[in-house]
Amino acid sequence: MAGKKWAFEDFVPGATMDLGSKHVTAEEIVEFASEFDPQPMHVDEATGKASMLGGLGASGWHTCSMFMRMMCDAFLLDSTSQGSPGIDYVKWMRPVLADDTLHASSTIVAVRDSSTRPNLGFVTMRAKMLNQRGEQVFELQNTGMFLKRVVA
Amino acid sequence: MTLDEFLHVGETQTIGVHTFTPDEIIAFAQKFDPQPFHLSEEKARASVFGALCASGWHTASTWMKYNVRSWLLDPKNWTGEGPAPQAQVSPGFRNLKWLKPVFAGETITYTRTVTGHRPMASRPGCHMMTLTAEGYDSKGDKVIEFDNSAVLTAS
Repeated sequence: MAGKKWAFEDFVPGATMDLGSKHVTAEEIVEFASEFDPQPMHVDEATGKASMLGGLGASGWHTCSMFMRMMCDAFLLDSTSQGSPGIDYVKWMRPVLADDTLHASSTIVAVRDSSTRPNLGFVTMRAKMLNQRGEQVFELQNTGMFLKRVVA
Repeated sequence: MTLDEFLHVGETQTIGVHTFTPDEIIAFAQKFDPQPFHLSEEKARASVFGALCASGWHTASTWMKYNVRSWLLDPKNWTGEGPAPQAQVSPGFRNLKWLKPVFAGETITYTRTVTGHRPMASRPGCHMMTLTAEGYDSKGDKVIEFDNSAVLTAS
């Protein structure tokens, strides 16, 4: 795993990583929803406007997937990641609407060694996304597995 | 008809069966999760998983696909008093576990179990419904599970 920028040792509790921004288009909202979540407020602008969302709103699963891409581009693809056993929680706090720009960041909550695999550790992160008005739309906490640079 | 009956509380329903093809695994990963083990057979062979497997967000989103297709809240099935309960929004989910990789060619059977509902003090006329989502592979092993919730209008 030489050459990767991010290994287990590089994740320090309390540190916050900027995951960058993502502009969300109506076309991609409709494309994702048509395949995975074709509820009317995710595929039709007029229905979305009349709904609780107040506009053409992204499926919550699309928001999760967009977050994943931001995490990949910001650090995961250049890390020793060994995958993730799951997600502690996701909160869809406000609608994500067409033409919104999301900004994501992730804070390291805790790190611990694997008890069974000395070359690996677990990193727990809490991430959030804000829209262009600074309103928080999304929160996620998960644990990822990363190889160590140095095995004790 | 009670809300419990309409929501099939406590009953596990099979909502769909889906085979994950290499092409759709790669197409999803190129957009949302371009890690080597989701992008090509060749790259995946050298990875921790050893073979091409679906993004966890792909297997979770595919649960939603069949959840919508087998929509629980079909107003045609409502024979209770007043208007049929309708889904509004979901506040999120908890305890999502990717228990086993879903390799290319694997067929997943998805289920949905409504576990309960309660009136919301903060939103008169609304109930918070809780449900458990699961997916099983062709060996019968569970590959994904999570606890979801949704706000319903219901009296």
